[in-house]
Amino acid sequence: MKLWSKYHIPTSVEEALALLASYQGQARLVAGGTDLLIEMQQASHVLTTLIDVTKIPELRVQELDGDSLILGAGVTHSQIVQNSVLQTRATCLVESCGVVGGPQVRNVATIGGNVAHALPAADGTISLITLGAQAEVASSNGRRWYDLHDLFLGAGKSLVDSTRQMITRFRVPLSRHREASAFERIMRPQGVALPVLGCAARVRLDDQGRFEEVSLCLAPVAPTPIRAEAVEKWLVGRPAQEASILEGARLARQTLHPRTSKYRATAAYREEMIELLTRRSLSAALERAEGSVL
Amino acid sequence: MAELSLTVNGQAIRREIPEWRTLAEFLRDDLGLTGTKIGCNEAECGICTVLVDGTPVNSCIYPALRAGGSEVTTIEGLAHGEQPYQLDPLQHEFIHHGAVQCGFCTPGLIMTARALLNGNPSPSEDDIKHALKDTYCRCTGYTSVIRAIQSAARVEQGETPITPAIPETDHADLRVVGQSVPSQEAVGKVTGKAKYTDDYHFPGMLHGRTLRAAYPHARIKAIRTEAAKSVPGVYAVLTHADVPGRNRHGLVHLDWPALCDDKVRYMGDPVAVVAAESEEIAAEVLHLIEVDYEPLPVVDDPELARRPESALVHEQWETGNLLKHIKVRHGDIEQGFAEADVIIEREYRTATTEHAFLEPECAIGVPKGVEGHEVLTVYVGSQIPYQDRDQVAAALNLPAHEVRIVGTLIGGGFGGKEDIAGQIHVALLANVTGRPVKMRYTRQESLIFHPKRHATLIRIKTGAKRDGKLTAVQAELYGDGGAYASLSDKVLTRATTHATGPYLVANAKIDCYAMYTNNPVSGAFRGFGVTQSAFAVESNMDLLAATLGIDPLELRRINAQRVGAVTATGQLLRESVGLLDSLDKVAQTMNAETPGGFRWSWREGSKAYGWGVACAYKNTGLGGGAPDKAGAEVEAFEDGSFEVRTASADMGQGLVMVVAQCAAEELHVPYARMRVLLSDTARTPNGGPTTASRQTYVTGNAARLAAASLRDAMTRFCAEYYDVPPTQIRFEEGLIRYDGQSVEVGEVARLMKAEGVRPSALYEYTAPQTQPLGTGGDMHFAFSYATQAALVEVDTETGEVRVLTVVAGNDIGRAINPLSLQGQIEGGIVMGLGNALTEAFITEQGVPWTHLLARYKMPSIRHSPQIISHIIEARTTDGPYGAKGVGEIASINTTPAITNAIAHAVGVRVYSLPVDQDALLRAIKSGSRELYSAWQDVK
Repeated sequence: MKLWSKYHIPTSVEEALALLASYQGQARLVAGGTDLLIEMQQASHVLTTLIDVTKIPELRVQELDGDSLILGAGVTHSQIVQNSVLQTRATCLVESCGVVGGPQVRNVATIGGNVAHALPAADGTISLITLGAQAEVASSNGRRWYDLHDLFLGAGKSLVDSTRQMITRFRVPLSRHREASAFERIMRPQGVALPVLGCAARVRLDDQGRFEEVSLCLAPVAPTPIRAEAVEKWLVGRPAQEASILEGARLARQTLHPRTSKYRATAAYREEMIELLTRRSLSAALERAEGSVL
Repeated sequence: MAELSLTVNGQAIRREIPEWRTLAEFLRDDLGLTGTKIGCNEAECGICTVLVDGTPVNSCIYPALRAGGSEVTTIEGLAHGEQPYQLDPLQHEFIHHGAVQCGFCTPGLIMTARALLNGNPSPSEDDIKHALKDTYCRCTGYTSVIRAIQSAARVEQGETPITPAIPETDHADLRVVGQSVPSQEAVGKVTGKAKYTDDYHFPGMLHGRTLRAAYPHARIKAIRTEAAKSVPGVYAVLTHADVPGRNRHGLVHLDWPALCDDKVRYMGDPVAVVAAESEEIAAEVLHLIEVDYEPLPVVDDPELARRPESALVHEQWETGNLLKHIKVRHGDIEQGFAEADVIIEREYRTATTEHAFLEPECAIGVPKGVEGHEVLTVYVGSQIPYQDRDQVAAALNLPAHEVRIVGTLIGGGFGGKEDIAGQIHVALLANVTGRPVKMRYTRQESLIFHPKRHATLIRIKTGAKRDGKLTAVQAELYGDGGAYASLSDKVLTRATTHATGPYLVANAKIDCYAMYTNNPVSGAFRGFGVTQSAFAVESNMDLLAATLGIDPLELRRINAQRVGAVTATGQLLRESVGLLDSLDKVAQTMNAETPGGFRWSWREGSKAYGWGVACAYKNTGLGGGAPDKAGAEVEAFEDGSFEVRTASADMGQGLVMVVAQCAAEELHVPYARMRVLLSDTARTPNGGPTTASRQTYVTGNAARLAAASLRDAMTRFCAEYYDVPPTQIRFEEGLIRYDGQSVEVGEVARLMKAEGVRPSALYEYTAPQTQPLGTGGDMHFAFSYATQAALVEVDTETGEVRVLTVVAGNDIGRAINPLSLQGQIEGGIVMGLGNALTEAFITEQGVPWTHLLARYKMPSIRHSPQIISHIIEARTTDGPYGAKGVGEIASINTTPAITNAIAHAVGVRVYSLPVDQDALLRAIKSGSRELYSAWQDVK
């Protein structure tokens, strides 16, 4: 079926931006297309121009930069899962990218596409937020780094204007000594394959066995992925033990207010899951952090 | 247009292609590599998987131009050489393990598995489940697929292959019947050579599309097609005014318009059809057809549909929205409940479910005189070719012999390809345009259009004495028949007659109301109504067991039908009732499979475990007084081969093997010499509908008896020709022996032809006469029986339910092909698991919410449990070698076995399907023991 009319395959960011500009809002960037092409199909006869960014070398980098990893926006979920540095030092990202779709989807779906789509429940995205990642956005005016969280304006609404801008790469801070992360997700076996709830946790421990830093992102709880700041604050300085985590998980349940989504989850169920996944992800992250001697 | 250069299966290719091509379209339409199948176009089903530079991708959403410079491998690239191909170990092991049924998903499964083995030469079962998570199969239940992949991995590592899981059966008395021989189509299916309807192409072929209703219920005031007709490339735009003959079709009642005239009654209703030189043009001009509607009130609830104030779906139907009131009366119901010490009365709901066969409907019409077709011909993968012929002929106002139906391979059916889909439309369009016309439904159109499994509301009251003996069953069922009659009458009759379960019940009163609504049409779906009533019956049985303090297995044993019992419809069971045997076999295995001695439930941390058991029975054949006949013809050829011809459908269930095995048995020839031609109304006799688990019995018998009469004819010929008494002539492995000498059967065929005798025999088999419901006579000529036990794990922190093991004991009379039978059982069980846990087709005031495959989850390989299967062979006298029906029985009691297991594990009784983990968790947390809401109630 004819879903688009023109198809361009630029080989540089500049070329892609120039093409976008030339179509004046009538062209869309496509990477894996696992969200976009399905959406276009459902919109029926809206034909447009696609600009394929998968052949731009810059978008496919995976390189260490000090205690960070620079990840091109065109890196696929499968490549993230296979990256040994990310496996040990950004575990929640690997875990979350590993549960997206099946292999055929993960082999083409990109992390940049995941973020640009701005779905409130995107698995990879919430892990990036938890890790404190930044995104570089390129436009004809140049390039600029943003905190990832700041790109999310609402459900499916991104600060990145995909008709004239593009995400080029991410800077992912890597876990250091006594620091680790974990991702947990709950699905239902019926209906659309969107998570009932996803939760990414990152903890760093101090020398006295207390939480020195805690980062916790859950979705979908609100139109954008949100950090459980009250829980993070409460846990910092507390003993890094199961008892603190249980209390933190209860606090997550008290302070976050999810909604019912039709054919997906009731608010009551999501509240249960907020407590459970917060507990499970913090426990897993804590166990890893205790064993981490980087 | 743009240029694409790439390598496909090792061959460098350069083509000018439209920029909007997907890789799947490029492979299929531009290169003719039709082994890559399109199941959904949503990146959901995974069957279009090909390898791009070794990586598996969904080719349906992969832009073709992106593959420029890449190396693409498709299913056609795995085997080497010409026939006989040197198969890839995966292809070989898929056949060897019976992992190929309809074959439509097989290329996708094999390609995904190929990529897995390339990167991981010895994958664990978990690795396989991880890699194939999004590659669906609706036939096999995945267990054979897992074994095949593991076996191929071993072969590639130089180890011995795994032995296929062939169940133990008794076939010492036979040669070919009872052997697990492969299907004649198996090699074609694993190599991508097998052709399904969409894989056919004719020169000058046009593409058709259908305009469907804009409302679930509306009066049509006017239809204007001029704008659409004027578009270049459009050859025809047809409406009801262009139907020259009868504009109503239907398998039981003629109430379904080929093209809507007065009203539209559901969202799948066809209003106009278009033929154009490309599918893209055909799809675009649908928007130019203008239809003026007057929307009418929507009838969307079967119980409310019966109220006098409800709008009418069919104004002219005498009983309003009540299509049929079906009654079973047996004994004295009041007396029965008066005798009861305990009465359990409950209300159950089952959801509308979707077949989700992986091949969406497709039909091609070829006009008379075109491409060598002597009459108007329709190519289609249909379960009822002869009825298709008659319905097409009636709509076109042609005599039946002026229409030919050619059955193609069918990519799954399960009852969903019995009604007319595009058959009439392509015939109309081909006739008008004078050109071949193909109409392939998109997955989304298939979902909206075709008949589903009836949603039901079942109120059931079961009475028993303190000793467990049932005294009475009273039930009221409402079935949502949707907009047209389809097979509702028959399906819901089966739900009604089976509503006592396979038990001795002296008193029964069952009322079923088959209702018209503006929801999607309901029709045949594996289990045929019994799936729904079994959920209610078997849940009540467990409630009764708990109330009486009797073990659930024991309660079923006490009441189990046995020889000499009388069913609720008054039928005396004279033979072939294997229910008690199946209960015993399943009970033994449950004991063996429970760690540390049998318990119905136990806990490990936050996980709760429980066993549940359920029984079922299912008629073989049409029954109820309908003449149940099948014809088959067997012909001998000079090269010593034979052909069996019958118009019966093999939608993956393995009928080609059954008829070939029966014929080879009777003729005492090697199986490999037998080939089968199915479903061509010009060349094959009518085998009747492929429904009601009837083909093994009815057409199996026809093939057996046709072969026997050919054997007799050849014997008579030889007796005369060689001048020996017929009693001294015997058939032996392709030879005819007489008087110390032997002659090849092929030679005898040659001699017969030379003498002007055609070496073939036609036999029309008629199954034993049955009686209509209400007469008290034999409604059916055989029943299959089953017991299933499910072991489930419930996560008490999340409500998630996992089925770990299913133990099955199926009494099917005789296993004709044990490996193929095992495939039916495993596939049936996983389909039943889907019915319990994952599947519901949702409509909102008649409008499908489930209009994408992404919104309908059938079980994936991750849901596939361990399956332990026992075969019970309680022979039935008139079945071929004692066989009775197989197709449905394995799928019926899985659902109540699972919900009974959940009740044991966590103490919560589920009354509505599919099980909702959300509500289950809340019930567990709140201590509630009854769960009446299902997934679709989450709003």
